[in-house]
Amino acid sequence: MILVLLILVPLVTGLLSFFIKGNGAKGLALSSTIITMALSAFVSAGNFATPMHFSVPWIPNLGTEFSLMADGMSAMLCLLTGIVMQVVITVNWNKETPRAGSFYALLLLSQAGLMGVFLAYDALVFYVFWELALIPVYFLCSMWGGEKRIAATFKFFIYTFVGSLMMLAALIYLSMQTPGINSYSWVNIVRSGAALPAAQQQWLFWLMFIAFAIKMPVFPFHTWQPDAYEQSPTPVTIVLSALMVKMGLYAVLRWLYPVLPQGFAMWSDVVIIMAIAGIVYASLIAIKQSDIKRMIAYSSIAHMGLMVAAAFSVNQIGMHGIMVQMFNHGINITGMWLIVSMIENRYGTRNMNELGGMATTAPRMAIAFVIIALANVALPLTNGFIGEFMLFNGLFSGGSHYHITYMVIAGLGVILGAVYTLNMLQKTVFGNAVSMKVTKDLSSGEFLGLAIIILLILVLGVYPKPLLDLTQGIAATLVP
Amino acid sequence: MKAIIAATIMGIIMMFAGIMTKDKKSLTTLATLLLVGLLGVNIWDLTVTSSLAPQELFNKMMTINRFGLWFNTLMTACTLLYALLVAKEIRKVGAHVAEYFALILFILVGVYILACYNNMLMLFLGIEIMSIPQYILAGSDKRNLKSSEASLKYFLMGSFSTGILLMGITLLYGAAHTFNISEFNNLQTEHINPLAIAGIFLLIIALSFKVSAAPMHMWTPDVYDGSPTPFTAYMSTIVKAAAFFAFLRLFQGSFGNFSSSWTLVLAIITAATLFIGNLTAVFQQSVKRMLAYSSIAQAGFMLFAVLAMNKVAWQGIIIYAVAYSVATIGIFSVLMKMKDYTYDGFNGLAKKDPLLAFTATIFLFSLAGIPLTAGFMAKYYVLQAAIMQGQILWLVIFALLMAAISVYYYFRVIMAMYFKEGNPELNDDITGTDRFLLVLTAVLVLLFGIFPQLVLGNI
Repeated sequence: MILVLLILVPLVTGLLSFFIKGNGAKGLALSSTIITMALSAFVSAGNFATPMHFSVPWIPNLGTEFSLMADGMSAMLCLLTGIVMQVVITVNWNKETPRAGSFYALLLLSQAGLMGVFLAYDALVFYVFWELALIPVYFLCSMWGGEKRIAATFKFFIYTFVGSLMMLAALIYLSMQTPGINSYSWVNIVRSGAALPAAQQQWLFWLMFIAFAIKMPVFPFHTWQPDAYEQSPTPVTIVLSALMVKMGLYAVLRWLYPVLPQGFAMWSDVVIIMAIAGIVYASLIAIKQSDIKRMIAYSSIAHMGLMVAAAFSVNQIGMHGIMVQMFNHGINITGMWLIVSMIENRYGTRNMNELGGMATTAPRMAIAFVIIALANVALPLTNGFIGEFMLFNGLFSGGSHYHITYMVIAGLGVILGAVYTLNMLQKTVFGNAVSMKVTKDLSSGEFLGLAIIILLILVLGVYPKPLLDLTQGIAATLVP
Repeated sequence: MKAIIAATIMGIIMMFAGIMTKDKKSLTTLATLLLVGLLGVNIWDLTVTSSLAPQELFNKMMTINRFGLWFNTLMTACTLLYALLVAKEIRKVGAHVAEYFALILFILVGVYILACYNNMLMLFLGIEIMSIPQYILAGSDKRNLKSSEASLKYFLMGSFSTGILLMGITLLYGAAHTFNISEFNNLQTEHINPLAIAGIFLLIIALSFKVSAAPMHMWTPDVYDGSPTPFTAYMSTIVKAAAFFAFLRLFQGSFGNFSSSWTLVLAIITAATLFIGNLTAVFQQSVKRMLAYSSIAQAGFMLFAVLAMNKVAWQGIIIYAVAYSVATIGIFSVLMKMKDYTYDGFNGLAKKDPLLAFTATIFLFSLAGIPLTAGFMAKYYVLQAAIMQGQILWLVIFALLMAAISVYYYFRVIMAMYFKEGNPELNDDITGTDRFLLVLTAVLVLLFGIFPQLVLGNI
């Protein structure tokens, strides 16, 4: 029942919020996200020896039921969603948003969609939530975004819609292998998928993988991403980059790897090469960017690329690393976007060549920025380190003949990452403050939001055990 | 089959009522009451017959089964919804309100026959009874040149296709010595002769014309665009759905045993319909004309049901008919509230009238096939039927790509309404009842999308 609440609370408050005029929506959204965060924390604290289940009949003659399940991975992602959403709204507290009611409503609806994706235990339910998470985000970007928002968001929408339709065809095909009741349940989809001959798994793999690859995004399906991130308002960019890309990765681990193991193995080298090419390509482009937002967008492609490469190397430590890193990347990139939006609000530009001297004008913000940026390049004792270490370990001990090559090339990404991140810090935090007017430092809401992020970065960097324990079980089930 | 008789009598009553009174409001009320009555008769038919096995009537001219009766009931309900939503617009078309409603009732007679025919002659009769009132309705805005053009074009093209239909029926009679469709399946594959094949192809052409499948779709945009908008809404929904039902009934019921001879042709027609309908819709500037092309594109999806030929296909055609009809009637009735039918005419509607924009969004979502709307379930069922059939997976993938294109033109309307600035001109007579009915229709779309069992009943 608590699993249903995770979806229901944001859904109901979201729908209510459409009808609220003025500032009430903000309070409603904040209390809703706090409740959801508490619920997700409660779920994560549970014992996953027997995963939590919930199911009610939905459309019996299609073989689908409304069925939810939370194991370590789902709980971890729900917790991430809960925390990030709450931080987004806290930070936005002192800011006026035009048409606030609809804004918070759509934000909460996207949260409901995300929770549904992470909890769904039935393929059709999964598909429905997969689409539902997209639509509020589409409206959010198009209504509150930047100058070129309509074209950028539309491209994003069409891209992901094509992908999800392909996935739908694959899911229908899979469900048809086990006719009868509950043919869409995860258990049955896995059973019928794994029983298919390799020749069929081979093409079904691509039908499903394209949907996930577009979402993550994996090179060369990433072209929607920099534009969409750049044009979206910051809260939505956070939802997109911290949470929605995790949908793709989560889907690979939940709905692709167990379902089509032979297809997965057959194409793993191809996908790893795509992912690693993406790491190098995105890092090189990131170095050349002067717009901070675009730079972070490209760096996110590189980070996701590493996780995808580790996922397709198929071994336990790599899988475990992905789950840890999904959480940490979500936290870090949220922090990055928050800082960027604070910079933009204060100085009216995101061009790092025009910025400088933040350390003297806004010292508290500068400290936060440095910590978060260093966590983003995985400095030891920050949360990014442990995840990235496990990912490289997984990539290195992968089954492919070329695992060392993969590892070396992917390692380039870390070096390049340090180049662009330190370059950005140098230009914005230090340097001359000539062009910058003296501005006020962090507001209370911003301080609180960043404090949560930095606390998580440091605590999980020094003591990652709770996160490791939470996801250990499911990593061991995936790759015994 | 009390409904056929009831609809005929009601049509005649409606015509006589036109002589008694010229008051448009009371005529509309009468028509609504008659449709409610007709719905009642249909439900009565359903309750009396539902427990029985298929039942043959009138010397095997008609066969009643649950699919057909349930389809009739749903289409009558859609007509009632249509009458409630657009009655006001029908009154604006011209002076002969009684005749318009009478013609719609006669169209329903044709629909009922097409849902239950068991004989080629009844197929012909049904199609004619359904088509001739449409030719008149298309031209009912007499002083408008485009309306007259639409009517004439429709009539001429329709007559040709009827000729081709008759030719096909004749050739099949020559091959099988019967008009009875349930006996065609006895034509064994090895004995099948060129006469029968030629007949089947002529039937495919004629029926493709009626459902506006490419390359027999050329009449559709002009006729839909030229006809008075309320009647376009009817032609492109219920009439088209009934033609599809007839198509499916004929090809599954009688030519299923030698499907290998015609599946490929029909698959190519499906692909062409999807391709032409979707791509041409992208380039339209008028929403009304875009909806005409989109109705061609949607026909492409419904053709999957004919291709698939299994039980899911029957469910698919029924839910598609309802989902598509309800959403299209809804979007047309939003369109009729606008003064300017171009995309730019919709600019900024969300600010001016949020409710109208919101309901329109739901209808467009449904047409595009977004989950939790009826349109998604409709697409789901026909695709499942097609995947089950197993031979046409390439076509399924192709159709999905085309569905993604359809998002482009449907969402252009949403973008105009929500993301663009403008001051759209609305008709000034939008009442609370209109709004309530629009919301009701939108709720139905969502409800059918979440619980498709409601539409499928117990079939």
